[in-house]
Amino acid sequence: MTEARASRPVLEFKGRMMTLTILRLLHPSVELLAREVDRRVKEAPGLFKQLPVIVDVSEVASTDLHADLPGFIELLRTRGLVPIGIRGGDSRFREAAFTAGLSVFSNKHLPDAAADEREPARDNRARTAENGKPHGAPAEASPRNESRAAVEAPPPAAGSLTVTQPVRSGQQIYARGTDLVILAAVSPGAEVLADGHVHVYGALNGRALAGVRGNTNARIFCKSFRAELVSIAGIYGLSEQFDASLIGAPTQVSLQGDTLRIEPL
Amino acid sequence: MAKIIVVTSGKGGVGKTTTSAAIGVGLAQAGHRTVVVDFDVGLRNLDLIMGVERRVVYDFVNVINNEATLHQALIRDKRVDNLAILAASQTRDKDALTDEGVERVLTELSKDFDYVICDSPAGIERGALMAMYFADEAIVVTNPEVSSVRDSDRVLGILSSKTRRAANGQPKVREHLLLTRYSPERVRRGEMLSVDDVREILAIELLGVIPESQSVLNASNAGIPVILDEQSDAGQAYRDAVARLLGESRPHRFLEPEKKGFFGRLFGS
Repeated sequence: MTEARASRPVLEFKGRMMTLTILRLLHPSVELLAREVDRRVKEAPGLFKQLPVIVDVSEVASTDLHADLPGFIELLRTRGLVPIGIRGGDSRFREAAFTAGLSVFSNKHLPDAAADEREPARDNRARTAENGKPHGAPAEASPRNESRAAVEAPPPAAGSLTVTQPVRSGQQIYARGTDLVILAAVSPGAEVLADGHVHVYGALNGRALAGVRGNTNARIFCKSFRAELVSIAGIYGLSEQFDASLIGAPTQVSLQGDTLRIEPL
Repeated sequence: MAKIIVVTSGKGGVGKTTTSAAIGVGLAQAGHRTVVVDFDVGLRNLDLIMGVERRVVYDFVNVINNEATLHQALIRDKRVDNLAILAASQTRDKDALTDEGVERVLTELSKDFDYVICDSPAGIERGALMAMYFADEAIVVTNPEVSSVRDSDRVLGILSSKTRRAANGQPKVREHLLLTRYSPERVRRGEMLSVDDVREILAIELLGVIPESQSVLNASNAGIPVILDEQSDAGQAYRDAVARLLGESRPHRFLEPEKKGFFGRLFGS
């Protein structure tokens, strides 16, 4: 018996693609960064709780921020985030990362920072996921580039969250970091959210929010469109604005620039 | 072990207590030992509908507080064998329903009865949550109008997440839809949601459709559960519902407007 057990591996290392949030530091003042982190965390405490992050220091690589890096990492930990590594920066930053107990990612391993930058609406809209209520005007267009520490929108992870039961009034389902697939109806007063796409293979009578952390390529698909509200990356539309001919039809919702496109499938 | 059935709706005034009384009587008449428990502490009504209001000495809260035994508090129905009622307290509030107290009383009742019917108060506050928590099955009473359907939908969500079965990872609470105060004539005129509309929204099994009927009001006022009125359409519809609850398959009746004869049209009766 012992031998049989010994012949089976007790652990294995596997390479996997994971969705991670990248925290880009855009200003060398650690006080300013700390204040901004606190503000963001206060806005949406649930969203950041135990959220694994990689700290991107490439924008501040030429400054002396490396001296404050271990302190800043500690601050992130006390605010509930789980920093796991840094990327960018020179040997001074790499050393600081090791001191703080972090690993160093090379840019090769992760989606290109420049590619992320093309996505607007990535920052404050994160609130949407937290309290389920979209804020701001429907077409709040300009991405808030003045933000000091932007939480990047991660691309949807492989796989998805699948729900087979009806989503009832008052219930809320959030597929963090991935797509949401619902094989039943979404009732009026129910809310379904995803960082990726939202698929509803029943009637969509409630609210559906796709790309809640800023993914503007996210879409909403449903078999019968009677939504109270739809939103993509924080840009939303209400039922009274929808074209009457779409009501009850198979429909998809996507974002074109700053405008929601709602069209039959 | 008894089967615990909660009669619930979210919205008030849709016929929960009428249904609890009717289902309780129906199950007892079918030979099952049945007790109906009023969870509407502070606004007790079940005793009135069942016509036992003058016989309430001790109530549910007295038993929870160990001020009376279950035996003292249970009121035996004089018309139907096998049927007992546990009245709510009129002088306390819902906070008197403690988790341990309710569980102890329901466990004790489960030993002596085959069915425990929990008549839930309206709303989704403590009284309603306690009535639902221990349920094996739920009868969701709904009127064919949008606000009632919305509230029922909300309650179905709670049944699937905040019951003992959900907490213990057991099979989910079996849900039945009972559509009450249904008027085929008003559905035809487009003033009411149809059975199919409601079924489509709530997507649960249909236990029965109780037609809107003067006999329900008469029965409530007289303290005689309407199921005992065998002449009335509502009484017959409840009888069908009980049969379905016990596994029989019966066609749904009273879904079409009554065809009136010449004299009926003439005198409008």
